[in-house]
Amino acid sequence: MSPEELPEDERWVDEEAGPIVRPYVMTYGRTQPSRGKLDLISLVVSIRRPPAAEAGLHPEHIQIIRICREPMSVAEIAGHLDLPAGIVRVLIGDLLDRGYVEVQEPPAPQVNLHDERLYKAVLDGLRAL
Amino acid sequence: MDSERSDRAGARRKKMPTAIKVLIAGGFGAGKTTMVGAVSETKPLRTEETLTDQGVGIDDLSGVEAKDTTTVAMDFGRITISDEYVLYLFGTPGQQRFWFVWDELSLGALGAVVLADTRRLADCFPSVDYFERRGTPFVVAVNCFDGARRYDPEEVRLALKVPDTVPVMLCDARERASGKQVLITLVEHAMAMNTAKRAVAG
Repeated sequence: MSPEELPEDERWVDEEAGPIVRPYVMTYGRTQPSRGKLDLISLVVSIRRPPAAEAGLHPEHIQIIRICREPMSVAEIAGHLDLPAGIVRVLIGDLLDRGYVEVQEPPAPQVNLHDERLYKAVLDGLRAL
Repeated sequence: MDSERSDRAGARRKKMPTAIKVLIAGGFGAGKTTMVGAVSETKPLRTEETLTDQGVGIDDLSGVEAKDTTTVAMDFGRITISDEYVLYLFGTPGQQRFWFVWDELSLGALGAVVLADTRRLADCFPSVDYFERRGTPFVVAVNCFDGARRYDPEEVRLALKVPDTVPVMLCDARERASGKQVLITLVEHAMAMNTAKRAVAG
């Protein structure tokens, strides 16, 4: 339903809509991604070239495909696009559905954080900075 | 499901790294953003996380009764450890009413740095309490601001009632080398805690 079709008193316009509502137009009002939980540090990588244009994809979708040539976290994508993380999660869900990106969730804490190898690798990496 | 996905990906391209997160906590103005910026390999980014009404009951903002979401800004940075690991640092909102953000952030975090500002030491009490209760490994880094009285780390430990097992150290949040040292101390501490936990369990 387009905003015009809504009854007058259910429409949010101008200031009433608030700054946070506008980006959700991009997600057609959706606040949850179509699948997955998508943590702030879930890594996203593109697996197909971005299309020049595609029905249902916004410029922001295309931008995500472009910047995720190298794996990038949900938080970073949100930072680069200057959009709230919640919006970015929905957009990534769309790209997952269309097979443009793959996502790697962070390690389950109870498994990988018990892996001593992880700590050692991080320590070595930090010392080498 | 995840391993299946990454196997499939791995067949076509290099393996995705594992993302690890570390939280930088502390009171308002303690230097969280400064520290994230000093150690991050990229310009620190800011993101807004919109949270649903869970936990907003403790939010005492007036005039927002009709709102069922809260927006919180977080600064974060990145350190590429190797092809295998990438470390993300999150400067967490320090105010008490944002504790529910911490719940999400601290889930699966390797550990936390509590930045203490000696001019307002009490500001980091909530962070210390929080990580202690959750069993999240943490270190206390006393940010030495210009002009602030220099404290002995042991004085700070006493004031914060932090047990001897938790490292307390001085730092300069503006200095990359100093921030790096804090992170190394944290990872060593987290590793020791993890080893001890496993010894008890095994």
